[in-house]
Parts: sequence; structure tokens; C-alpha cells
Amino acid sequence: MAKILLHGTEAICEGAIRNGCRAFFGYPITPQNEVPEYMSVKMPQVGGVFVQAESEVAAINMVYGAAGAGIRAMTSSSSPGVSLKQEGISYIACARIPCVIVNIMRAGPGLGGILPAQGDYFQATKGGGHGDYRLIVLSPSSAQEACDFTYRAFDLADRYRVPVMLLADGMIGQLMEPVELPPMRDLRDIPEKDWATSGHYGKDRRVLNSLLIDPEVLEPHVNALKRTYDEIAANECVAESMLTEDAEIVLTAYGTVARICKSAVQALRKQGVKAGWVRPVTLFPFPAETYAKVAAQKSVKVFLDVELSLGQMVEDVRLSVNGRKPVRFYGRTGGNITDEREIVQEALQALASVKEEQ
Amino acid sequence: MIRILLAGQGGQGVLSAGKFLAESGMREGKEVSYLPAYGPEMRGGTANCSVVIAEEPIASPLCVEPDVLIALNSPSFHKFAPRVKSGGIIIVNGSLSDCYAGREDVQVIDLPANDLALEAGDVRAANMAALGVLCAMTGVVRDKSIVNCLQEKFCAKPRVLECNQKAFEAGIGFVNKK
Repeated sequence: MAKILLHGTEAICEGAIRNGCRAFFGYPITPQNEVPEYMSVKMPQVGGVFVQAESEVAAINMVYGAAGAGIRAMTSSSSPGVSLKQEGISYIACARIPCVIVNIMRAGPGLGGILPAQGDYFQATKGGGHGDYRLIVLSPSSAQEACDFTYRAFDLADRYRVPVMLLADGMIGQLMEPVELPPMRDLRDIPEKDWATSGHYGKDRRVLNSLLIDPEVLEPHVNALKRTYDEIAANECVAESMLTEDAEIVLTAYGTVARICKSAVQALRKQGVKAGWVRPVTLFPFPAETYAKVAAQKSVKVFLDVELSLGQMVEDVRLSVNGRKPVRFYGRTGGNITDEREIVQEALQALASVKEEQ
Repeated sequence: MIRILLAGQGGQGVLSAGKFLAESGMREGKEVSYLPAYGPEMRGGTANCSVVIAEEPIASPLCVEPDVLIALNSPSFHKFAPRVKSGGIIIVNGSLSDCYAGREDVQVIDLPANDLALEAGDVRAANMAALGVLCAMTGVVRDKSIVNCLQEKFCAKPRVLECNQKAFEAGIGFVNKK
């Protein structure tokens, strides 16, 4: 199939629709308005449901209901709106209902600004709502990945019965790139959900609930969730790396920032600096082993983590590197985007500083 | 790989020109990326977009040091001219701006884009005159690819198509005349 030029937001919608998403609930917020706009046109065409809810809280609870009935359902928002959804996400996680939540991150905290940022990493990966739960978190860095990862998100959600979040920075929302769309999934191909509250009809009674008031019931339930998260961590870690074999400095970042870091690595190599690159594709589960392996290499002197935040993923990088090598951080906030020249400078400084220490 | 920064006032067609460029590159089988940057305002605000066209996969979609700057008004010309790569090209809309970049290491093209667009029938086609110059000078995409995109986009508006196509050709003619 020929490639077409799509916005990241449109690519997300196509990925969802083509893997059977038939219910979308949203509430407007920049920079992701193109998602509900596109869905409002496309969902009726495929026999799906589009509702512009009265609030983000309503939208996530509509997802709870629709996905509970077995429909592949999605909501999307941007940072402040995703904060509003947290209660619902925690309920959905506890009730073990698969669904997809898209966060096109903008600058925070508070209402912040509408420009790209990556300040919601903690919220997405550490459980933004209350209680012990995790989401699978996927981080696209191109329009093609925005489509492919959203597509994959629905299968992962169903397989593990957990909500999956697509965590993208605002640049993904606006970036236009060629995208090869996957074929439309036949809805009959999607495995049946033997837990869905899709009507009694003589079957056993099914209940989806997040109120488990008896501690003898809740603890095993939470432990079962934990086993699922462990299984996810064992099976679903994905990372990419480049030029790490002989690297002295390893740049690491996620989302579109990872691409800017890739350009910085190429620029550093041109200057004769042995730079490498690691990019986590799944943020939860975090691909700790990839970092551990690279950190164990003799050549590697230092890591530089780059984010559009004050430093969030860097904590997971440090945990994974586990003291084997120093991990430095460089970040921009407020909607400002770092560029390859800044990153090259930071990398050179980081390398110089560790060489001095030695 | 060529990195092109298009900038101007909201409403001047900076973003549409960038999209035509990216679309044309894609249809020629190249790798392309298009990244717009604009504030909350619409017409009257500032707008710019970064277009990268390459044979190899594109890492950063940013145009920190563009090879080519298309500046459709004076503020964007002065804001971005210092960022252009040494040896690069600046196409400036001379109808709305002076052409003094304050540096000798770039080629500045003084294009009367608004005048050419008016002659073509609509001042709003100034963006296409600039694209004509870009194509004629760099060959980054074929003229025919841009014209094909225009024809598809404006198939229901023959007059708009005519103005845009004429302005595009006027831009090409402007280079060839020199």
C-alpha cells in the first residue's frame, strides 16, 4: 500500500480504527484536538461511536463502560486533561478492563502551555492515579510509529487486560510524515472476551468492579495484578539502540527527542566522538536490561539522558545503569524544544567532566 | 538531505506551501517530514514550518540550521536569516521586506512575491511564487510534482488553481530570467 502524508494525530486515529476501535470519547484540548476531530468523522463511517463528552472525567468513564462491555474503546487528551482522567484510569486498571488512553503531552505544570513537553512521564509510568497499578506505556517517535503503536496498544490491552497509554509529546501531534497504514482488521478476528459485561443471555453473571472492600479479596486481586505486571515486564520490553558497540558516551531519550538525539549522535561521530544511542520504546515496562548491558561495556564512560522535562525518565535510567556508570541529565521545559547543537555541547561537557574525574 | 524553513505571517500560506513540498517529496519516493510551529493565534500571528527532504531516513525533524529559508515577511526574514547554514539560500518576499541579511555567506534572493502573485491573479499565491524559486534553484522536488499536488488540492476551484499555478510558474520564470 502506498504511503500517505499524515499528521501524527491522524496516524493515531487510523491505527486505532484499523485495529477495531469502535468507541471514542473525548473532550477538546490543544494540542490533540485533531484526534477527536478526525474520530468524529471516521467513527460513524465504520459503524463506531463518537461522543464529545462534557468533561475529561466523563470521557474516561464512558471508556470504562464501553470497554467493559467488550468494545475496543479509546480516549485522548493532553496533560491537564489526562490529570483529570486519573481517577477513572485507576478504576479501569482495578476492574481489569482493556482500553487505550492517548496523552499528547504539553508543557506543564498546571494549565501550562500548548507547546511540546515530556513532563508526564512519572504520571504515566508510575501510576498517575491512586493505588498499586501500572499501565503499559508506549512512546512513538514518528507518525508511522504513532499509527503502529496505537494499533499494537489494543492487542496488548486485550492480552493482559490492562489499560495501555500512548505517551507522545506535542511534536508527534503536529508532525506530518509518510505513513503506511496497516490493513483494516476484521472484527471477527478479535478474540472473544469471556469477562465482558455484554449481556446476560443465559451466561454466568459477570461483574466488573473496582470496589473490593473485603481485604481477603482485595489483596489477592492486587497480587494478581502484580503477576500480570511482572509478566508484561518479562515479555514486552522494547528498546532500540545504535552505535553502542564502541561508544564512550551514550545518549538516551524517548519520543521525538530520541530522534533529535540521533542527529546529535551523528554530529558527534562526525567530530570523531564515539557516541551511541539508546531509546526506550516501551516506558513501562522499562527496558532496564538494555541499559544494564550497555553500562557493562568497558568503552562506555557516561550516559546523557535528554528530556523535555526537569528529569523524570532519568530516574529509571539511573536505576537500570545501577551505579555502573555516571548518568548526566539535560532538559528543556516550558514548551521549548532542545536541538542537536545543544545536545552536542552537553554531550561534550559530560564526556569532559568524567574524563577529568578519572 | 535538504532542510527548508518556511516562515511568515499566519494567513500567508506558509504551512500549506510546506505541505505541498512534503507531499511532493513523498510522491517522488523520498523521505520527508513536516513540522509546523505556530502559536494560539491564527491569521496575523507568526507561523513557520520545517520541511526535511532526504534520500535516507530522517532523524531530527527540526531545522536548526536550514539550508534554505523562505521568508514571506520582514519579521521572519530578520528572525531566521542568522540561522541559515553558511552557503545556504534565503528567498525573501521583497514586496514586504528589505533584503539585508547582514551576512555575506548566504545567497539572498529578492523575490517580489506579492507582485508576482497579484499578476497571477491573487496575492494569496505569494507562497507559490516562493516555491517556484525554490524548485528552480534547488531541484529539491520536480515542478510537475508541485503542480500535481495543486491540481488535486484545488480540483474543485479552477480559478484558485490557475492563480496558484501561474504564481508558481512566475517564481520559476523569475529564476530562469536571471
